[in-house]
Amino acid sequence: MNRSIIISSGLHVILIMITAMSLPFLAKKPIDLPPIVSVELIQITDKTNIPFAPKAKKIIEKIKEKEKKLVSEQAPPKKVKKIKPDSVPMPDDKVKKVEKIKEDKQNPEKIDNEVKQVSEFEKKELFDPNNIAALIDKSKVESAEAISKTDKITQDQQKSFQNAGLSLSEEDALKAQIFGCWSIPLGLPYNENLLVRVKLLLNPDGTILQSEILDHARMNKPGQGFYKVLAESALRAIKLCQPLRVPTTGYERWKELQLNFDAREMLEG
Amino acid sequence: MCKMIRILFLILILFLPNRTFALIEVDITRGNLNPLPVAVSPLSIDESSRQSFEKMLKKKNIGSEISKIVEFNLKTSGLFNPLNKNAFLQEPDIANLKPRFEDWSLIKAQALITGKVNFIDGKLRVEFRLWDVLGGKEIMALAFTTVPDNWRRVGHIITDKVYERLTGEKGYFDTRIIYVAEEGPKTRRIKKLAIIDQDGANNKFLTLGNELVLTPRFNPTSQMVTYLSYFKNLPRVYLLDIETGMQEVVGDFPGMTFAPRFSPDGKKIIMSFAKDGNSEIYTMDLENRIVEKITNHPSIDTSPSYSPDGKYICFNSDRSGYQQIYIMKSDGSNVKRISFGRGLYGTPVWSPRGDLIAFTKLHKGKFYIGVMRTDGSGERLLTENFYQEAPSWSPNGRVLIFYRETKTDDKGEGFSAKLWSIDLTGYNERMVKTPIDASDPSWSSLLSN
Repeated sequence: MNRSIIISSGLHVILIMITAMSLPFLAKKPIDLPPIVSVELIQITDKTNIPFAPKAKKIIEKIKEKEKKLVSEQAPPKKVKKIKPDSVPMPDDKVKKVEKIKEDKQNPEKIDNEVKQVSEFEKKELFDPNNIAALIDKSKVESAEAISKTDKITQDQQKSFQNAGLSLSEEDALKAQIFGCWSIPLGLPYNENLLVRVKLLLNPDGTILQSEILDHARMNKPGQGFYKVLAESALRAIKLCQPLRVPTTGYERWKELQLNFDAREMLEG
Repeated sequence: MCKMIRILFLILILFLPNRTFALIEVDITRGNLNPLPVAVSPLSIDESSRQSFEKMLKKKNIGSEISKIVEFNLKTSGLFNPLNKNAFLQEPDIANLKPRFEDWSLIKAQALITGKVNFIDGKLRVEFRLWDVLGGKEIMALAFTTVPDNWRRVGHIITDKVYERLTGEKGYFDTRIIYVAEEGPKTRRIKKLAIIDQDGANNKFLTLGNELVLTPRFNPTSQMVTYLSYFKNLPRVYLLDIETGMQEVVGDFPGMTFAPRFSPDGKKIIMSFAKDGNSEIYTMDLENRIVEKITNHPSIDTSPSYSPDGKYICFNSDRSGYQQIYIMKSDGSNVKRISFGRGLYGTPVWSPRGDLIAFTKLHKGKFYIGVMRTDGSGERLLTENFYQEAPSWSPNGRVLIFYRETKTDDKGEGFSAKLWSIDLTGYNERMVKTPIDASDPSWSSLLSN
């Protein structure tokens, strides 16, 4: 009798465990992935002016020609003085040349024109189109592999997407909105630790349900006048900005939000 | 059996889907540098008080006049944008009691200043309140009582309080500027000592112009001024108490004397003497009149200025072959050059905040007013012109006042010298109105301290 009870309960436990393990996936709603992340990846590759493979070179040259035409419609191209190789470089010129080389590092064609002004050491390091092409080809293969890997979204990744923060574009949209609303108190010292963290509880439409300064105790401490001013300016910015530009979906994900206001970059100028 | 159920329950809890999300953090590292929109409501006044003040001060509505001063000060600071009064929806008397925040936020005001003026026992009583429009709350309320003639100062003090509450740093509005007033042709200029409120009001001449006066400098701790004047063609350093008008000679010094300036505690004067073609820096203790030599170098050392803690001195010297800025300890040790840019650097002045040194720079025939950190890094040129020099800091270290001269034309006419102010952003440059030409300004500390 006892034996059969034990076997029965053991089997029940196994059954319950299997059910429990599969339940979350049954309960899970279809994944609502914002497609913006992949779009941004494309934008980044478009903007990066890395030296290119032969096929891509032709396409980019075509684009450049189009751009040139556009520019010529607006204003005549600037005349760039050619530097004579035998001219004696003045101290001012030296500085300019170094800056130019730095700018053109990413463009093999321009480096070709300027190569006479570059030291032998820099020549070796910079100018080897074959090597660069080889590197690009390799990186292309690698990136293609990486993309093919990322194409398949596993269940773990789906989970992490749901748990992760805002996508880059969602974050950018929110930042851009608050940048416009936040009047930085210009009288603040630039060399002090002035970071104000504000925790927000949001409504689905982006309006503020509750806002809380996380280091609230610091506001009323003597000698923390600057912090108080910054905290108040942050609260003003949030109130001025509401409703915040939050994603239309995934409310559970962003209903609680922490904004870290840091004015040091702006104050240092 | 119960135990088993408990275990099963725990297992179930463990396998329940995890629906908690990590708190999303967004870093806001940029904002706008637009001036803060502020509504300065005219201070309300009852009819009997209005009539009393009208008789005494010849001003129709003193409440409105005070609010105009606050508005002007806030605007000139460059950090605030006082809104047009025509857009205000609420009357001043009601606004002072309980503002309708919706009305003020409708016109985009983020802060609101209201107040009330009363005539009580022959005195002026001004009450003002600062409101956070977006937060819908009062953040400051103060009242001042003074003699009616002081009404302009009340406006400046209110501005200082508002400025401090909204920016976190002390204001600079209840201050005065001492300067050298000039008139006459360029070759025969009459120079006299004059004082003016920072907003250009209440100009007073302190000397008659019989003697040449130069480089007036305020004591950072009191309303005392030191300046240089030529008596029978000999330079003398004077001390002048602005409040009492008492004047005394600090001393007759051999050779030429330049640029006397107070130490931060106001107990010493630091200056340079030129003797046999060599100029050195000296200090004089004002209590016992003991003179101490600080520098000892065959080159020209001049224009000394103390750091606010009194531990260091910045000065300019040509010991490197060109006029550059140096700092040293207050006893003259550890001399270190800090300016390395192109051009000549002069008139270094240490900021009251201690973080920056202001200077005049001459490069390729143009004069610049600029600032650099005390180690010489972060040089920023704020303004450029044909001729300008002698920067002096506002007491909060945010604004510089200096003077600028214009070129004379071919006939030798058109020359003028005016006071200008510029803030640390370099964008907020303004002329300070003076009745006649002006040079060599020096900013006082806050009067209400």
